[in-house]
Amino acid sequence: MSAAETDDIDNVPVRRPARWHIAVFLAPAFLVYTAVMILPLIETLRLSFFNVVAGQMQFVGLSNFQTLFGDPRLSADFFNALWNNVIFFIIHMLVQNPIGVALAAMLSIPKLRFAAFYRSAIFVPTLLSFVIVGFIWKLILSPIWGIAPWLMDLVGMKWAFAPWLGKPETALITVSLISVWQYVGIPMMLIYAALLNIPDEVLEAAECDGITGWSQFWKIKLPLILPSIGIISVLTFVGNFNAFDLIYTVQGALGGPNGATDILGTLLYRTFFGFQNQMGDRSMGATIATVMFLIILAGVSLYLFVIQRRMRRYQF
Amino acid sequence: MSNARTAPVRTALIHLALLSYTVIALFPVFLTVVNSFKSRAAIFREPMAVPSPATFSLIGYETVLKQGDFLGYFQNSMIVTIASIALVLLFGAMAAFALSEYRFRGNLLMGLYLALGIMIPIRLGTVAILQGMVATGLVNTRTALVLVYTAQGLPLAIFILSEFMRTVSDDLKNAGRIDGLSEYSIFFRLVLPLVRPAMATVAVFTMIPIWNDLWFPLILAPGEATKTVTLGAQMFIGQYVTNWNAVLAALSLAIMPVMILYVIFSRQLIRGITAGAVK
Repeated sequence: MSAAETDDIDNVPVRRPARWHIAVFLAPAFLVYTAVMILPLIETLRLSFFNVVAGQMQFVGLSNFQTLFGDPRLSADFFNALWNNVIFFIIHMLVQNPIGVALAAMLSIPKLRFAAFYRSAIFVPTLLSFVIVGFIWKLILSPIWGIAPWLMDLVGMKWAFAPWLGKPETALITVSLISVWQYVGIPMMLIYAALLNIPDEVLEAAECDGITGWSQFWKIKLPLILPSIGIISVLTFVGNFNAFDLIYTVQGALGGPNGATDILGTLLYRTFFGFQNQMGDRSMGATIATVMFLIILAGVSLYLFVIQRRMRRYQF
Repeated sequence: MSNARTAPVRTALIHLALLSYTVIALFPVFLTVVNSFKSRAAIFREPMAVPSPATFSLIGYETVLKQGDFLGYFQNSMIVTIASIALVLLFGAMAAFALSEYRFRGNLLMGLYLALGIMIPIRLGTVAILQGMVATGLVNTRTALVLVYTAQGLPLAIFILSEFMRTVSDDLKNAGRIDGLSEYSIFFRLVLPLVRPAMATVAVFTMIPIWNDLWFPLILAPGEATKTVTLGAQMFIGQYVTNWNAVLAALSLAIMPVMILYVIFSRQLIRGITAGAVK
């Protein structure tokens, strides 16, 4: 077939006058997505500029933001939650992602026996809900049941046991590690897929040059999976702002003890709906959501425009 | 190979590392399920032991089934999850097909617009979503949850599926066109069957956050008639904190369905991921 003919066939649908089927294919997804996700998001951003003044909703400009950052109690709560979120994120980046990469690297070794079993088993916690995970770990770490002290006794570390979830100094780290335990399956799976996609020829060439094992991982594989690691970092960053459920089930909506595990998600929930003696405040809730939105936007743009551009991509 | 001698040692170490992590991953689940079948005294005396005839007891499950309407919660969770997955797959595949198959003005823009939702959590819009649901009278209905989860699942589904649909051969589709198939038949009869592994991957990735979600059931549908298993278990456990048999039984009951679905889908999931759906 000549090139001209191929072009013709390719272009036939493009030149058709009204292609209603495209609209039909796109419409349902577009409508649901716009109506339930985008419009509420815009409405929330809009609400953050309004507040109840003398019994009526009025445009108040940036005064909600002024209250959030100016009011001593609110701003203390907000910055406490933000800081806890930062720590939560750092622990995930430092613990979850390296463990995920290490597990994937081991699983992708060719002809490793039981690899499918390990892979499925390690992914199991990811399937469980925060409610289940939170309570299981609460029970395990509880001094009443004594599972954790008993286990630590086995390795001669009983002295180190403490009610970690109840102490303000350790509560946040403990909750973060529980979340790491649950979600390590996701980086593992994504990196595993990326590693399997490295062509054999590349690895064989490396072996011919005497680069095997450990140094092969650092010099050949790791640079090739960097884009996947980047995507995982973004997912970790975004997921960080979704981490309401675990804190809610383990420590309650107040993010106890004494606000030590309060993150932006629980703060948003409390501010919007009210909790115990605090009144729910729709405008303030929308304001906090807007600030979270801006933080996410900043983080994702930083990744897209600064980090991803400098990352080298390899075409096979 | 040059490292033939060190290989067995290395392999053994790798197995040791993977096995240790597997134990860490499964131990809490094992502990919960095993202890849910034991009497109260046995739970505390020997938490690590497998239930024996002397310690076996179903008291926890009896309490759960008597006190909470768990069957109803299950039904709600099932309906919401299955309806959402079905809508995400159908609408997502249609949109993905339009984006990957046709060149039209605004294609790129539409793709970016629909991908926005991967980065921005839908929860940030909760304030307005609740308002909208109140205005349309959908609060405390399963429909509200289905709508929200469909919107939440669509961006990633469209992203993954359109990557996949680009790999479907053009010759096949053009052959269909020459044989007089409409664009709709090409989509439903040629393309959809070919992207089944990707659909399974999307189904699993969509299912996990929906089944496990606590935020939206808590806010949009906390009523007794529409409670999901996750919310039901959360509330039940809150009330029965000290009744360990009941708590462990409720947790085990909440684990079971996800595990069953995972076993069914896991082969497809692995295939979908490793075929390059999520890169």
